[in-house]
This record gives sequence, C-alpha cells and structure tokens, in this order.
Amino acid sequence: MKAAASSHGLAMPHIRPGRIVAWTLLFIGGVIMVTPLLFMLSTSLKDASQVYDLRVIPEAPTLDNYVEILGDGRFTRWLINSTIVAVIVTLSNVFFDSLVGYTLAKFRFRGRYIIFIAILSTLMIPTEMLVLPWYLMASQFGWIDSYWGIMFPGMMTAFGTFLMKQFFEGVPDDFLEAARIDGLNEFTIWWKIAMPLVTPALSALAIFTFLGNWTAFFWPLIVTTSAELYTLPVGLSSFAVEQSIQWEKIMTGASIATLPTLIIFLFLQRYIVRGVMLAGLKG
Amino acid sequence: MATIDLNRLIKRYGQTTVVHGIDLSVRDGEFVVLVGPSGCGKSTTLRMIAGLEEISGGEIRIDGRVVNDLQPRDRNIAMVFQNYAIYPHVTVADNIAFGLYRSKLSKSEKRQRVEQVAETLGLSQLLDRRPSALSGGQRQRVAIGRAMVRDPAAFLFDEPLSNLDAQLRTQMRIEIKRLHHRLGTTSVFVTHDQVEAMTMADRIVVMRDGRILQVGTPLELYENPVDIFTARFIGSPTMNLLPASLRDGGAELSLGGFIQGPSANATSAEILVGARPQDLVPSSPGVPGLTVSGTVAVVETLGSETLVHVESAGQTIIGSAPGRQIPQIGEHLTLHAPAERLYYFDKATEKALAAR
Repeated sequence: MKAAASSHGLAMPHIRPGRIVAWTLLFIGGVIMVTPLLFMLSTSLKDASQVYDLRVIPEAPTLDNYVEILGDGRFTRWLINSTIVAVIVTLSNVFFDSLVGYTLAKFRFRGRYIIFIAILSTLMIPTEMLVLPWYLMASQFGWIDSYWGIMFPGMMTAFGTFLMKQFFEGVPDDFLEAARIDGLNEFTIWWKIAMPLVTPALSALAIFTFLGNWTAFFWPLIVTTSAELYTLPVGLSSFAVEQSIQWEKIMTGASIATLPTLIIFLFLQRYIVRGVMLAGLKG
Repeated sequence: MATIDLNRLIKRYGQTTVVHGIDLSVRDGEFVVLVGPSGCGKSTTLRMIAGLEEISGGEIRIDGRVVNDLQPRDRNIAMVFQNYAIYPHVTVADNIAFGLYRSKLSKSEKRQRVEQVAETLGLSQLLDRRPSALSGGQRQRVAIGRAMVRDPAAFLFDEPLSNLDAQLRTQMRIEIKRLHHRLGTTSVFVTHDQVEAMTMADRIVVMRDGRILQVGTPLELYENPVDIFTARFIGSPTMNLLPASLRDGGAELSLGGFIQGPSANATSAEILVGARPQDLVPSSPGVPGLTVSGTVAVVETLGSETLVHVESAGQTIIGSAPGRQIPQIGEHLTLHAPAERLYYFDKATEKALAAR
C-alpha cells in the first residue's frame, strides 16, 4: 500500500472499491430516508401559500404554524391523549409480556408448550381481521369512545411475550436459585433479579410498543368518535378532511409528534447494551 | 449450627433413578465432602438438601426437623454455586445484603453485618463495585459473603472452585477451610476433585451411580478403601492394580512373582493386587512384598519426586523415585513395595479383601 502510494506520488490512503460502492449505497439510502423528514420540517416552516413551492429552504420561514398549532387546544389534547395511551400501553406490555414470558421460560408445568403455541399462533392473524371482533367487544362492554377502548387490544402482545420468553431463557437458573435460597419469593425473584438482567430486551420492547402506539392510526380512528379522544395521528388526519388539506398544519403537527419518539429512542438506546447479564457468571 | 440427616433419600427423573436411597448423617459443625465422577448424584443430593430439587422418596432432616416439603428459604441454609451466581446488576455490598433479604434487622444493622463480612473476606475496598469489575476469586468471595452474612444453619457448596485457575483454587481451598474452622458451621461440599476432597474434608463421602460407596476420614479412605473404585479414585496418581491368582497361602502375579500373605476369603481365586505409586519405589527386594521389573517408558519429573512409568509384560505400572534420582527412558528398573503397603481386591466383586 505504501509502495503504491509513493509510486503515484499520492498521500491518500488506498480505498478498496467495495468500500466506495458501500458508501455510495449508504449515502443514497440516507438521502432517501432523510428527504421526507426534511420536507416535513421545511413545510412546517412555510405559510399556506408556499406549500407547493418545493424549495427545501423556505423563502420566508415562519414559526406561525407552530404558534397556531400549539395554541390550538385540540392539538394539545391529542398530544396528551397519545401520551396517555402510548405510556400506559407500553408499561402494560413491559409488565405483562415479561411476566408471561418469564413464566413460560422458567417454570415447568403441564400445558406450558400448548399455551406458548397458542400465544404464538395469534401472530398469524392479521390486525384487519381482528378489528371487527374488537369493535363488537368494545361496543358490548361500552368501551367505544374511551381511553380503555383505544388501549385494550394492545395491553399485551404475543410478539412481546415471545420476545421476552426468548430473553428470559438466556437468564441462567443459578441466579434464580441463589435468590430462592436468599429468601426471595417467586414474584420478587422475577422483579428484582430476572427483570434487571433483561434490560436490553425490555428497552427494545418499550421502544417498539411506544412507537407502535404513538403512530397507531387505524384502531384509534375506528374506536373514537369525539375529537377530544383523538390521538395525534387521528387528529392530524382530521386537518385533511375538515376544510381543504392543510399541509403546513399537518406537517407542523407531524414535526412535533416526531420529537417524543426521538427523545424516547435516545433515552432508551443506552440501555440496549449487551453483556450486562454475563458479568455475574463465569464463562 | 445444625446436623443434616438423609434417610433413604431417593431422586427419580421420570423412569430414571439418579439417587438410590442414600443414608448419611452430617454432624454439627462437620465439613463433609461429597465426591465422585460427574453423574454420580452428588450435586443432585446437595440440591435436594437445599430444596432446589424435589425429593422422590425418603427424608431430609436439618437439625432434627424434617424439611422435605419446606421451601429453600425456610430451611435456613446458604449455598455457593459453581458459577458464583452473584447478581450482576447490583454492587458487591448489595449482593452480600441479599443474603439478609428476609432478616428483620434494621438497615444500619444490615449495613454493619455486610461490612463485617466484607472485612472477613477482604472485600471492604470493593463494596461499591459491580461484579463485572471483580476477578474470579473476588466474585467467589462475594458469593461466600452472601452465604455467610445470614449466619445459616449450614453451608452448601456446589463445586465452588472448579471455575478458578489452579493457583487460585488452592488459595480459596485454604480460605474456605480457615473460614470453616473459625465459624464452625456445618458444611456440605460437592466436588469431583479428589484433592479438594482429601484436603478439605473432615469426612469424605464417595458416591457412584447414585449410591454411597464409602464414608470416612480422608486417611481412612486412603488407607482402607472398600473397593476398587474408591481405591483408584482417592490418591494421585491412581493406584496400580495387578492381576493375580490365590494359591498356597499367597498370590501369584500374572506378571510373574509371588506374594506371601493375602488370605483367601475371595469368591474366586482371581484377585487384583493394588500398590500406590508412592509405595512402589526403585529398590532391591530385601523385604517381602511386590516386586516388578520392566522398561522405563515415561518419566514425569515433579521436583519433590519423580513418577516412573514402567512397562512390564504389556502392562504399565507407575512407581515413584526420589526427586533427584531420574531414571532414563529405556532403562531396566525394578520397583518394590513392602507387603504391608499392598491392597487386595476380589476381581469379580471389586470389593477389598480383608488381607491387611
């Protein structure tokens, strides 16, 4: 490499052609991913007359949309609704999915395998097929147009249970047995010993669940009727039907809605560190 | 402080019986080592005492009380695991404090006890560390600290040293021994390493295929093994066994040679003569005993002694020479063991013959 560089009189290090191809592809991928985000931000800074002017940097950037949206009581209501729904559903999933996953992974009991298969098989059923039964159920129980109505189908997920079961299987039994001898009861063993050992999986599950519920549109749209109970995506879509499509408002709302996801991700990502579990055991 | 009694203790997994009704009484303050090859049921037995395995039959008493159906936490025992099993997400201090989880002590009293234990084990400087920042030996000490802090009725050790390197193992062996001497807590220690068993035990329990073969002090087992298995398992290198036939008030070796002495209570005339390598030394046969001659095949220099592998009539016999006297490979050598140092076993039943 050194010889090649000096013979050409170049100081630049030799770069393999494979690298160039890879970087180019990654760059294109990056541009494709970032462009809509840029347009969203840029549109949110334009007034209604500039929306169809496709310049990335607005001619006369303005924060009027933000002032208006954040001043609009409905928007803050939707923001709060989305937060309530996403936070409660996430906590519920983190708790119940891991409780069931732990039980399936660490206890031997009759019917364990059948229960696991039954839970897994629900993953094969598409959401669209479930919406009607959910709706009938919600209407029977009087849950239409309520927070509980929005939340109940997602309070536990088969995917989360499966994910947690797989991770708990990696937790060595020695830890649990040591805790049993130390005098912890089975619930405390799960909560105080097993749960901290699967923090990376819990973080991943929390991120998936939060994002899924934060951006959920179809079910909240169906189950809510009054605007006070709309979640953010449902509320934002109502900007598109009431009068004309107010792109700048939708994009402003979307920009604001993106913030919590970014924060959540940045906050939880540092917990997704592998190898936490191995420190207490040899080999 | 407690006694541990096992009465006809049985463990079955489905159709397979892994512990066949064993009886054992561990005295108060005694250090008992269960030893045997892997799969002999020693760990299962320990885990049944701890309450981590259910009992299929028989009875376990701790301090006279039947504990068959008690949860581990209600048995007041502490256990140290092969893999340490200290919790990686909490500090050393919190790990040790987990041993006091059910204790009614106040927070400051608990803290005080943890500090005492840490002091004893030389962990005082490490109390705020996470396990990941500790060496293997320190981790095992934390595990011992967690067991000690509660002042349990008994300590159970499940091969706690087998993950440590040789030097550390020797050191921890001494530390555990010293700790036992100080605390006087009844201890049951499981290992597959006969050196650990010999050096640590008040009494050794030799197990094989879910049965107890022999119980005794290390020296009793070394001097009077009841069968070939124990004889070969205890002592290193393993005892030499030479086929022989009983005849005319003595044993005629198939290698050639005759030993006066062994009485004939064997079921058949076929026996095995045992000689420990330490007793089989290069010398001329002045006194009655076993004499083997052959060609030196391998020499293992240990410094304090030299192990000599001699080949004679297709069989390899291990003897020992003094450290500074190193035989040459290919050399012809005569090894001799005095008659009173020999062991005799029935070839068919593998039981020891009462010849000594």
